[in-house]
Amino acid sequence: MSTSPQNAYSPAVPAAPRTAARPHVFHGKPSSSVTMFPSPVPEVVVPKVALDAISLSYRTTSGETLLALDKINLEVRPGEFLCIVGPSGCGKSTLLHLIAGLCPQTSGKVLVDGKPVSGPGTDRILIFQELGLFPWLTVGGNVEFGMKMKNIPKAEREERVQYYLRLVHLLNFRDSYIHQLSGGMRQRVALARALATEPDVLLMDEPFAALDAQTRDLLHDELERLWSETGRTIIFVTHNVREAVRLGDRVALMTFRPGRVKQEFSVNLPRPRQMEQPDVARTAGEILGYLREEINKSLEEEYADEKAR
Amino acid sequence: MKKLAKQFIFYSVLLGIWALLAKLRIWPPYLFPPPWGVGHALWDGFADHSFWIGIAVTMKRMIIGYSLSVVLGMALGLAVSSNKFLEETLGGLLVSLQSLPSICWIPLAVLWFGLSEKAILFVVLMGSLLSVTIAMEDGRKQMPKIYGMAGRNLGASGFRLFWSVLLPASLPFIVNGMKQGWAFAWRSLIQAEMIFLSLGLGQLLMMGRDLSDMNQVMAVMILIVILGYMVDGLIFRTMERRLQVKYGLTPA
Repeated sequence: MSTSPQNAYSPAVPAAPRTAARPHVFHGKPSSSVTMFPSPVPEVVVPKVALDAISLSYRTTSGETLLALDKINLEVRPGEFLCIVGPSGCGKSTLLHLIAGLCPQTSGKVLVDGKPVSGPGTDRILIFQELGLFPWLTVGGNVEFGMKMKNIPKAEREERVQYYLRLVHLLNFRDSYIHQLSGGMRQRVALARALATEPDVLLMDEPFAALDAQTRDLLHDELERLWSETGRTIIFVTHNVREAVRLGDRVALMTFRPGRVKQEFSVNLPRPRQMEQPDVARTAGEILGYLREEINKSLEEEYADEKAR
Repeated sequence: MKKLAKQFIFYSVLLGIWALLAKLRIWPPYLFPPPWGVGHALWDGFADHSFWIGIAVTMKRMIIGYSLSVVLGMALGLAVSSNKFLEETLGGLLVSLQSLPSICWIPLAVLWFGLSEKAILFVVLMGSLLSVTIAMEDGRKQMPKIYGMAGRNLGASGFRLFWSVLLPASLPFIVNGMKQGWAFAWRSLIQAEMIFLSLGLGQLLMMGRDLSDMNQVMAVMILIVILGYMVDGLIFRTMERRLQVKYGLTPA
């Protein structure tokens, strides 16, 4: 690909002053990278999504209170592609549900364009890990659904269904039902359904985890293309560090129980990227070092649970 | 086609054995009627319109009683499944009441409504209402939560969320409940008709007994089986299959 910089990632520079200091700041070598994409956003810009000291605790069946998320602060610039990685069970999916307004946080605020939000809104569309496509509707019906709920007139809906289905290369499958499609095609339907409501923020919860490598690579390319064409802000959750580096402008690393943002990394690699690229692999490897600690912690806890039984 | 051939052979053999046993006259014909006698009774019954009237009367009651129980059962099931308090109190009562055979409501029905159409409808209602309610309640609970979340995520709320997401998502369960409800209603109705003097198929059956006309008894029994099967096996099963194929629950 292109000339890869020696040190591909560098500690994230906060776009705006943060409300609370992060516990860890990664001090790496200063980045020698000059190839930044997209170009840096001015510092004054209001974050598209800001999480202000978000905490979530819930009562387990055995009656104890579990702190799932602990004072999470995170800011996402407009048009930014943020990836969140963490060990399984760290609450990264929950965090997305929270941003989508599908469940309430215990404390803290979710701000979109600087205004606090509560409840779901079509400015933030979540693509679920299980997709949640409606089996009783055709592909076209699924894509149209969000627009119908927004009372968009029929002619415009029709136009947009065509547009977004073409964008994900599924126009020929418009009248198919979901169960007739392959996994990768369903993924693309979910993407088209989310995009068709034209949200400012796209929240994606491990959308490609269940796919084979070839399909996933293809969808990575498509997602990257769609993102650069539509200029949406994307928050993408994954457990795959390499995927995060492949896609993200920035990677936020979450800790295991309670979920905190441990570190943030800016990925200054040129786009488009590929999973197999050596600099992607190397950057991922370095981030993985930090993640491994957390994975070990989560494993230890699991084994401890087993022993306790 | 293969299945049809198998069924044809099976029923031919069954009929053959029946005819043979009747021919051998092991039991007197008034206890064990021959197939031709039953065929004759069927022919006569339709020829003098008594079977047509019986079917019409029975089906009319069925449609009224069943429709009532589906509408009430769905409302009740929805209420119970969406309210924690109702679920823990009324829900338990409904399940325990379902162990009561619907025929047990007859004494009550007769006392309340007399030997009238209303009493029969009451028995049918009690027979199928509970199964529709319970199926509806189960359906709401078993329905994957993801659909509701996805609907809310895409901007649906209130009635539209119910109408365009929750209802279609639970349709397979609703049809299942309606099918169960039909089966219970059918049994309850025939039972009730056998006890009341009330036209209908149940009464035709009892008339056959009173006249010691075993041919008619068998003929009406066959009629009840065929009618029940036609609705349950053809209408509901086709509906269920179509839904399952459309929803991708079974390989198409």
